[in-house]
Amino acid sequence: MIEPASLTQDAAVDNRDAFEVGPGVEELVWARGLRKTFGDFTAVDGIDISVRRGEAFGFLGPNGAGKSSTMRMIGAVSPATEGRLRILGRDPVTDGPAIRARLGVVPQTDNLDQELTVRENLLIYGRYFGIPRAQIRARAAELLDFVQLTERADDLVEPLSGGMKRRLTIARSLINEPEMLLLDEPTTGLDPQARHALWDRLFRLKQRGVTLVLTTHYMDEAEQLCDRLVVMDKGRIAAEGSPAELIGTYSTREVLELRFPAGENEAHAGGLADLADRIEVLPDRLLLYTDDGDAAATAVVERGLHPASVLVRRSSLEDVFLRLTGRSLVD
Amino acid sequence: MSLSPPLQPTVSPGPTRAGLSSTLLARVLPMPLPSARRASLLVERNLLVYRRGWLLILSGFFEPLFYLLSIGIGIGALVGTVTTDAGVAIDYTVFVAPALMASSAMNGAVYDSTFNIFFKLKYAKLYDAVLATPLSASDVAAGETTWALMRGALYSTTFLAVMLALGLVESWWAILAIPACILIGFAFAAVGLAATSFMKSWQNFEFVQLAILPMFLFSTTFYPLSVYPEALQVVVQCTPLYHGIELVRSLVTGIVDASILGHVLYLVVMGALGLIIGSKRLATLLLK
Ligand SMILES: Nc1ncnc2c1ncn2[C@@H]1O[C@H](COP(=O)(O)OP(=O)(O)OP(=O)(O)O)[C@@H](O)[C@H]1O
Ligand SMILES: [Mg+2]
Repeated sequence: MIEPASLTQDAAVDNRDAFEVGPGVEELVWARGLRKTFGDFTAVDGIDISVRRGEAFGFLGPNGAGKSSTMRMIGAVSPATEGRLRILGRDPVTDGPAIRARLGVVPQTDNLDQELTVRENLLIYGRYFGIPRAQIRARAAELLDFVQLTERADDLVEPLSGGMKRRLTIARSLINEPEMLLLDEPTTGLDPQARHALWDRLFRLKQRGVTLVLTTHYMDEAEQLCDRLVVMDKGRIAAEGSPAELIGTYSTREVLELRFPAGENEAHAGGLADLADRIEVLPDRLLLYTDDGDAAATAVVERGLHPASVLVRRSSLEDVFLRLTGRSLVD
Repeated sequence: MSLSPPLQPTVSPGPTRAGLSSTLLARVLPMPLPSARRASLLVERNLLVYRRGWLLILSGFFEPLFYLLSIGIGIGALVGTVTTDAGVAIDYTVFVAPALMASSAMNGAVYDSTFNIFFKLKYAKLYDAVLATPLSASDVAAGETTWALMRGALYSTTFLAVMLALGLVESWWAILAIPACILIGFAFAAVGLAATSFMKSWQNFEFVQLAILPMFLFSTTFYPLSVYPEALQVVVQCTPLYHGIELVRSLVTGIVDASILGHVLYLVVMGALGLIIGSKRLATLLLK
């Protein structure tokens, strides 16, 4: 069995510290021993992160894991309590404005300017970056088109639907043509069509060389978008790797899902333990982790058990997440 | 969409001497100084909002005008003349008008820097969005204060024009009443901003009223300081609006002496303190 990354991490930090004085040229985010506390509470508990130029990097984690707190530190709006942090090669303590000038930020909760129209939101935001008006006007028109809000351009923001506001926030984050885009749960609240459209756009931005850093609760989003991701839990990094690596390391090839009538799931778990590498008991089903799901399914039936449903599927990030955090993501 | 690929390569800073000492400086200094260019962007934002709501702006002008008409002209007809603390007998309307001008500068600034800022801070989350751009908390504080001053300047100028039309201006010194009102606005806007940063809920704004109303009524607005017993005179002389009113009154009536320098100093110090505290508090509130 492979050691969880968090156990080996401390040793690795010491090792690296001996050689590293700062980020490499292509490391847009470089954090070592990054901590954030609010009073007595530790939200981010000494994490190491490296995000390379052009990469799509994801934070996956349950509520309260410290994803947003980390994102705000990377966005140079929240000072780190401890640890070393370089963003775009610079120190956010001294170079906050210069760093923020080259970032695009989509915060978890929309903070659009409610007193302005859709278009004015983009215009004034561009001005905050010191971009000339004529240039912003052209970009605003393109961006409104991009997020399909051209028809609402001259409406006030307030009455827009939640999804529309989200799209406008995303358009706003692009007004300064950022080198790196920080997206805190970008597609929460979007309908499936808008989500897919956004993934497509993000993918194209990435092809143009824009670095993406995002947090998400959606496994499919993480699998679609992220080259590399970390699973965060209780302020720490529990695992790190590409989606495929994580699945390879923390899960089996296949999963057998069994549903017994309500209340019986737990009781059956013990009798089936030998059929799988590992068993997870969820309130509504049992998950049997094994490299050969069909064989396990046959064995279950041979033991005279008759689950209400039987499903064999490939492992996903969801399983990795469950293994590492002991929680399933509710989506 | 034409999002071009990023141009500048990122240069790794390395732990140079300059890098270290500037880090040290930033850690020692409470916060970066505001930049005039960046602060002006917040003014631009407010102009954009008021382009639609310019009628709202007018309301700030009518209030002092109504006071002037009712108290100045109405009561003035009954009172006749009043002897100022400088010992000069002047027409009551001439006495009250500059006080109303100064009070309205205070009112406008306080309203802008308390209710408006509180709303933007707690509900609209405006500054959270703004601080994700190159603007910093001190730019926000400077920008909002500047905006309050611009409105104040507009009101003061129109009010002075009305006074002129009513024959209530006695001296060329009166021109300086406009910058004087801007100074009053600055002092109160900055302190208002600082106070707002401590407010937890709308109920706390009762305190604002509690501070503003007595000042308006008792700071030699309607009668000279000599009316009070000695001890109370000292209390009144400690309040900021007293200095604002005396400053504007001496300019508009042309009864000018060195005491105006004291009034100016009081207001400058008050504004500077307010701005420093307000910027710091904004930074702690927003940069969590
Ligand atoms: N300003 C703050 N003051 C006090 N505690 C805070 C503050 N911001 C965050 N926290 C706490 O820090 C912890 C991590 O919060 P954070 O928002 O980073 O989590 P998250 O991973 O983004 O969660 P979610 O998925 O729900 O968005 C939470 O327990 C939260 O209550
Ligand atoms: Mg969050």
